[in-house]
Amino acid sequence: MNAPFKLTRRQFLIRSLSTGAGLTLALYLPGCGREPEADTGTAGPGQAGARIAPEVEFEPNAFVRILPDDRVEVVIKHLEMGQGTFTGLATLVAEELDADWSQIVPVPAPADPERYNNLLWGKLQGTGGSTAIANAYTQMRQAGATARHMLVQAAAAEWGVPAAQIQVSKGVLSHADSGRKARFGELAAAAAEQPVPEEVLLKEPEEFTLIGTFLPRLDNAAKLDGSAVYTQDIQLPDMRVAVVAHPPRFGAKVRGFDASAAKQVRGVIEVIEIPTGVAVLADNTWSAIKGREALEVEWDESAAFRMSSEEILADYRDRAKGPAAVARSEGDTAGALERASTRLTAAMHMPYLAHAAMEPLNCVMQLTEDGCEIWNGEQFQTVDQQNVARVLGLEPGQVKINMLYAGGSFGRRANPHSDYLVETAHIVKSAQGNAPVKLVWTREDDMLGGYYRPFYYHELEAGLDGEGMPVAWRHRIVGQSIMTGTVMEGGMVKDGVDATSVEGAANLPYAIPNLEVDLVTTELPVTVQWWRSVGSTHTAFAVETFIDRLARAAGRDPVDYRRGLLRGHPRHLGVLELAAEKAGWGRPLPEGRARGVAVHESFNSYVAEVAEVSIGDNGRINVERVVIAVDCGVAVNPDIIRAQMEGGMAYGLSAALMSEITLEDGQVVQSNFDGYEVLGIDRMPEVEVHIVPSTEPPTGVGEPATPVIAPAVANALSVLTGEDFDRLPLRLAV
Amino acid sequence: MIKLTVNGESHSLDVDPDMPLLWALRDVLGLTGTKYGCGIARCGACYVHMDGHTLPSCVTPVSAAEGKAITTIEGVDSDTAQAVRTAWAELNVVQCGYCQSGQIMSAIDLLNGNADPDDAAINKAMQGNLCRCNTYARIRQAIRQAAASLRAQGGEA
Ligand code: FES
Ligand code: FES
Repeated sequence: MNAPFKLTRRQFLIRSLSTGAGLTLALYLPGCGREPEADTGTAGPGQAGARIAPEVEFEPNAFVRILPDDRVEVVIKHLEMGQGTFTGLATLVAEELDADWSQIVPVPAPADPERYNNLLWGKLQGTGGSTAIANAYTQMRQAGATARHMLVQAAAAEWGVPAAQIQVSKGVLSHADSGRKARFGELAAAAAEQPVPEEVLLKEPEEFTLIGTFLPRLDNAAKLDGSAVYTQDIQLPDMRVAVVAHPPRFGAKVRGFDASAAKQVRGVIEVIEIPTGVAVLADNTWSAIKGREALEVEWDESAAFRMSSEEILADYRDRAKGPAAVARSEGDTAGALERASTRLTAAMHMPYLAHAAMEPLNCVMQLTEDGCEIWNGEQFQTVDQQNVARVLGLEPGQVKINMLYAGGSFGRRANPHSDYLVETAHIVKSAQGNAPVKLVWTREDDMLGGYYRPFYYHELEAGLDGEGMPVAWRHRIVGQSIMTGTVMEGGMVKDGVDATSVEGAANLPYAIPNLEVDLVTTELPVTVQWWRSVGSTHTAFAVETFIDRLARAAGRDPVDYRRGLLRGHPRHLGVLELAAEKAGWGRPLPEGRARGVAVHESFNSYVAEVAEVSIGDNGRINVERVVIAVDCGVAVNPDIIRAQMEGGMAYGLSAALMSEITLEDGQVVQSNFDGYEVLGIDRMPEVEVHIVPSTEPPTGVGEPATPVIAPAVANALSVLTGEDFDRLPLRLAV
Repeated sequence: MIKLTVNGESHSLDVDPDMPLLWALRDVLGLTGTKYGCGIARCGACYVHMDGHTLPSCVTPVSAAEGKAITTIEGVDSDTAQAVRTAWAELNVVQCGYCQSGQIMSAIDLLNGNADPDDAAINKAMQGNLCRCNTYARIRQAIRQAAASLRAQGGEA
């Protein structure tokens, strides 16, 4: 099925290219063991092997290949799940290579932690934490600059002119005096004979011609005519589609099952028990779904979890009175609270949330002679290789991954336990024969399947001085830990504090002399996971609504109040001022409308949002307009930054206004979009995005807009109603 | 045997008549541009045109499509479709892209019946199409842009 990429005639031993930033250009070492090859010859993932790869003429490193027909293939190590990484990483290479944008072809990288690791995660390949541009900014530029350097040297040698006199622009090398010109493809073979430079010079920001400009996304065409290939679209010869009957409650197990009716369903091939339930394998999706409906499973619910969301909240309220692990402590918070002129308290809670990406979870896997092969919109290659290898008794390197597009993820496809891949591996292992298996989770499986943003409960208390300024701040968070029990636990959980549970709270930017943030970590069988913007999904709401309450108590304007407390945080202040100015903060609004503001840093990017809100006749919360200001360092692709701000904000707006996963008697109530409501076009506000000009290193934009909208909307509602809002999704008092 | 006309081609399918059109298109005919998102007519990912109008293929039995002209994202190719795709590309509407086949089918249906839809008309016509990447602001803008370009083309003709 998958034609291997042909090895180039000339391969290079590249010595370590250590450069200023301390990054190392990924090495291509011929003959050094296994060499997984990037799929090639296609304009996107999912078409691996669709045609034989053309011979690569010039491949100076693991990221760039120049073909004789002038195409420049850029190997992309991150998952394209909508955030624009194909376009973004390719921009970095094209910039330093001085390529023409139209000759760039993104090619998904194979799984290989040696060459394609996330540089912020050590020897681990994966996509998340809004790190793609941040980790690869220098690496990809170096890759492009190296290729450019070798092309220039080749031209200099062929033309007998000094390299310094050669210009490169839009994929053409030229020498003014001699009038010589050549396209990249023409010089590729000669460039391949040049030594790889030890060091390359990168452009200064004022020399950029592509970075900072509007570029068409490289995945536009395939996503407009249905040809883009997602995991759900993979069809292999003899493939079985598997649909699994999962337990109705967390902690329940299969006691027994009767597959006789299921096996009567046309198209059903076999029914097998696996650790996570009972899998029905059929020759098409519909038969597998019908087969599961006909299946009778008896569940052992003796150890099943049976609490409701209300009971969890009551339990968390109790636990909030018990011992907590300190995440940050400054000054004498108790004493300062005692002495304060005014004291305010708040208690808030936020529900479990499903990621609910448009493409429900799925995975295609096949056992092969030398291991196993996976087709997946793959977000966590190295961890998935390890977990799948463990189930199948393989070495991680024997797990080959074909990278496809993902129909969203918002964190879900990077599961530390590789839950859906491991489930597929168990099916493949237990099924008869070696037929490929496509695991399909229906929307219901996806929504009922756990790995939610955890349920959280927060208590806050603040003391104000006579001027209304805060002198003490106490913040206690109660909830499950995302990192405990994962490979990240060692790095992320210290002294009982999971950094992701308190991020956005423990690093409170406001200047308050006496401050205490602590954490009560709970353990429940409901599985939890990072959800777009992770800890900030709940901490930003708590912090940014509470600071607004303080401003109101002090009789101060909320922008002005924050301004006074953000000394020493110029980037917070920068986005706050910009958003306020662009939103017309302080200017009158039509009757019945109010503005609310919030500012928050996550993943080293700074976002402020101003929401204009009204309340409809039907009591519906209408968010009419949102103005967003973002500071993410150098704006590599301004249009993609805007798109991520628009989309990320609206993803948070769903959670602010409508989405929640609730439990009744341990069962998840919402199983599809009829119960788990999400934003539709009719509730999408007008959005305006403003980017702070910056020469700081670029930081991520996939997540940081998400957590800021809920507090901005709540703060506007407080102006309209005079009420405080202490839960998500927001509910008006009736 | 179920007889289907899809993108102008006739097919005979040996499938359960209750099989939703979605799975017949995807699993049997290999037309995977039409997506599965919910299976209960609540997301729009599976929208196709039946005799020119959008319909959720996930809840339409394949037998109900007999004798009708089915068009999918792979086959839709009118001036309206071209204008929609151009506007979508110019505005970089897509993110993950998974919902976009359905969005495009709905937008074409809307523009076929309304040369100058206002926001209310756009919201009404498009509210069955969820986008978890929330590309809605750009979809609105792209529909207006496509409508304007079609009106300009009509004016030239
Ligand atoms: S899959 Fe048909 S509307 Fe969602
Ligand atoms: S573009 Fe991702 S769901 Fe719409």
